[in-house]
Amino acid sequence: MEILVCVRRVPDTSENEIQLSSAGNDIERDDLVYSVNEPDNYAVEEAIQIAANAGGNVTVVTVGSEEDEEVLRREMAMGANQGVLLSDDAFAGSDGKGIATILKALVQKGHYDLVLTGTQAEDGGAQVGGMLAALLDYPFASLVNAITVLDGGKLKISREIEGGNREMSEIDLPCVLSIQTGINEPRYVGMRGIRQVASVEIPTFGTSDLGVDPASVGTAGAKVKRTDYFMPVLGKGAEILQGSQEEIIDQLIELMKAKGGLN
Amino acid sequence: MARIFAYIAHKGGVADDSAAELAAAAKKIDAGASPVAVVTGWGPDLDAVCESLRSSYSEIWKVANQAIAYPNAELVRQALVNVIPRDSIVLVPHSHFGIDLAPGLSIKTNSAFVSDVLAIDGTDGTSLKVVRQEFGGQVSAHVRCDISSGAIISIRPGAFKPVESSPLAGVMVDKSAEVGALTAARRYLETIVAEAGDVDITKQNVLVSVGRGIQEQDNIAIAQELADALGGAVSCSRPVVDAKWLPKSRQVGSSGQTVKPKVYLACGMSGSFQHLAGIKGNPFIVAINKNPKAPIFQVADVGVVADILEFLPELTEKVREVKGISV
Repeated sequence: MEILVCVRRVPDTSENEIQLSSAGNDIERDDLVYSVNEPDNYAVEEAIQIAANAGGNVTVVTVGSEEDEEVLRREMAMGANQGVLLSDDAFAGSDGKGIATILKALVQKGHYDLVLTGTQAEDGGAQVGGMLAALLDYPFASLVNAITVLDGGKLKISREIEGGNREMSEIDLPCVLSIQTGINEPRYVGMRGIRQVASVEIPTFGTSDLGVDPASVGTAGAKVKRTDYFMPVLGKGAEILQGSQEEIIDQLIELMKAKGGLN
Repeated sequence: MARIFAYIAHKGGVADDSAAELAAAAKKIDAGASPVAVVTGWGPDLDAVCESLRSSYSEIWKVANQAIAYPNAELVRQALVNVIPRDSIVLVPHSHFGIDLAPGLSIKTNSAFVSDVLAIDGTDGTSLKVVRQEFGGQVSAHVRCDISSGAIISIRPGAFKPVESSPLAGVMVDKSAEVGALTAARRYLETIVAEAGDVDITKQNVLVSVGRGIQEQDNIAIAQELADALGGAVSCSRPVVDAKWLPKSRQVGSSGQTVKPKVYLACGMSGSFQHLAGIKGNPFIVAINKNPKAPIFQVADVGVVADILEFLPELTEKVREVKGISV
């Protein structure tokens, strides 16, 4: 099975406190710790496991710039067979449909049985996978938390729905699935693994290589544009308990007694 | 001004809470709007839902088709593409179903798509200005969306308060004949109901709920000791389940359990909206997090800025002392 996994390099929200830039139109990007978008990492692990069991190859792709190569190499160190970088000045400012349009062109250049994305990017909205599928006329399923390969060009999949319940479906290949965190346990990638793929060539494709109309992507093609960032307006907000740790604990004990949590 | 449609999610003949929230969101786009409720399904359940909406929507489009008796988003999308006129604004809930439906619907209707919207600033007729959150709710963003060829907007559950208004006398319009042929390369098989866990977190007075800040599996014991002292249980947020440190049955949130304790100790978690959606009954929420900017402090009643790995054992000690528990 030929599998394409779409990944993103994003600021790691568990490692960073996100602040606004002084101009207010972006977040402060200096000194941010970047990593692969968490659900995308689960998608790559799932692809590697499927290819190991059913045979085939795993290609990881990202739309971005040279800086984003590091996440491709990280996923190649995990076990993806190759990486592809889609990069062009014309791609800057793409909305979800723009990214899906760029990825569609790559999918049509190759022969992929299965295309995986992460469920959602830290700065995205769970859109690219479903849009890509619709552009390709492939079936789609989101929030996938289990995959079984069946005979006859089909998969059995489980979707995460409310209350921890699982919606089971059968889906024909080729298809696009967006992968939910927790589907597997992504393997650890050490520095040694990353060094081993450090010099592997990563092909880069732009609009002309892909046959993408520059007017359909980037700022030119975007119907959805972020105008500015702002800090969320605090609601009433928590009363922050003050004092020494002992005093804070005493206050907390009294509060819990009053609210029925301690008796 | 484009017509506004609201996709009504429903189950067992009852409309989801999002039905009223989408009506409220439509009013934020255009205060004079009379949004149309679109309801897909089959049989008596569908009829019951449509009837129940007549007091809150002035027009209800009933789309009956046996193939979408179960809401398989791949089939529902095809039906909506055929039924809803081009250049409309379509509101859908940002739920597990909306996430499945909305992106593809926007492509097939050549509409703009904005997902997970939590506020709407208004429209000038050709563009719509909305608010989203990014980076786990740490920052918000204004987004401008070109609606000249329609838009699909997914609305965050709970973000829009239903508006009180005098009951309407909604008109029912049967659009079933416009559905056309439905074929899906994805076929629904069954729903597997979550297994009950060893501890039922939905029936506890006190929950000590841990997030990523617990750092490793061995540290769960720290939370368990506090829960034991308080006579409660340990629950958690999604990253703890993803890491396999606790079973799925301990997860609070829209994709986990809905809990209604008296006191909820949110320990080392950011407080994502998916997590908060699982906390009902207005409990007293105590947030303990070493990051003073963690979004959880916006919704908690009281907050403690501290490292839970140091703070929780001290709290446990004091609780034991107060209750006269010796170990």
